[in-house]
Amino acid sequence: MAQEATARHGDAPTPIAMDHPEPNYLAVFIYLTILTALELVVYYMHLPKTPMIALLVALAWAKAVLVAMYFMHLATEKRTLAVIAVVPILLVSFACFMLLPDLTSRPWASTPMHQQVTAEAHTSPEE
Amino acid sequence: MSEAAAIESHAPAGMDRTEVQLTPGNTGKLGMWIFLVGDAMTFGAAIAAYGALRIGNVNWPRPADILGIDTTAFMTFVLICSSLTMVKALSGIQHGNVAQLKKYLALTVLGGLIFLGMQAYEWTMLIGYEGLSIKTSLFSATFFALTGFHGMHVFGGVCYNGTILANAIRGYWPGANAKIVEIAGLYWHFVDLVWILIFTFVYLI
Repeated sequence: MAQEATARHGDAPTPIAMDHPEPNYLAVFIYLTILTALELVVYYMHLPKTPMIALLVALAWAKAVLVAMYFMHLATEKRTLAVIAVVPILLVSFACFMLLPDLTSRPWASTPMHQQVTAEAHTSPEE
Repeated sequence: MSEAAAIESHAPAGMDRTEVQLTPGNTGKLGMWIFLVGDAMTFGAAIAAYGALRIGNVNWPRPADILGIDTTAFMTFVLICSSLTMVKALSGIQHGNVAQLKKYLALTVLGGLIFLGMQAYEWTMLIGYEGLSIKTSLFSATFFALTGFHGMHVFGGVCYNGTILANAIRGYWPGANAKIVEIAGLYWHFVDLVWILIFTFVYLI
């Protein structure tokens, strides 16, 4: 550990033996660029809301998976590390699922009746 | 190489020989992954909260009416380019090519600075000309919080990569240099990954 911390000025780094062949980074970059362009195309097509959201989310996740698998080398790491990396997705999905009852049982400003009640509460004088 | 041989070659002194390392030869990489997992949960919770607030509010403005989609798409492209240059820099140092490391790491830092500059321009337009601030509305509060938090991460990444670049230029090689660049690369790609999701959920949807 002390040896590693010592500065070695002028010593050029030596090549290290790679366990796995290097991915084709340029190909991954081209795929990412194409997917970004596709996102813009989908956006400017002005599709109905549900299919547009589904397509955009799918494209975004495809890009995220490409970055994680090839740029962050998850594809060549041990599977346990990939499982650890996937944990946040599961937890956030669980959080979104648990937020749903809050949204459905307590409408904030989503119904006209709620808006009317709120407006009346603000305008009527307090007794 | 067998599992036992791998443990033999990479295990630090005093390590239990029955323990299997998740990242043999680079324990710092595991530390960075654990940090990124926690950070991903923070960003995930922030984006989930943004979604929950947006779904529950019919008065949410259409993002394209206020935000510049094309400019932000270019910012996304810049970050993707910087991810490519980061892996090229790592590839260079793994093959002992110092010149390639310096060139591509400099381009990565430049990409980060361009992204931050464009985000500063976007914020200036929104605050100065649109009159938005963090207390104007739920939309502006969530927008500035999310993009600001991400921008802080980009700034940190620029400083991180800049430090490694400065050391490389000075010829300062503290021990395991390829491992250091690999760990920094993980952070930078994570920042890019999060922006891909923010661009989709905040700007496009």
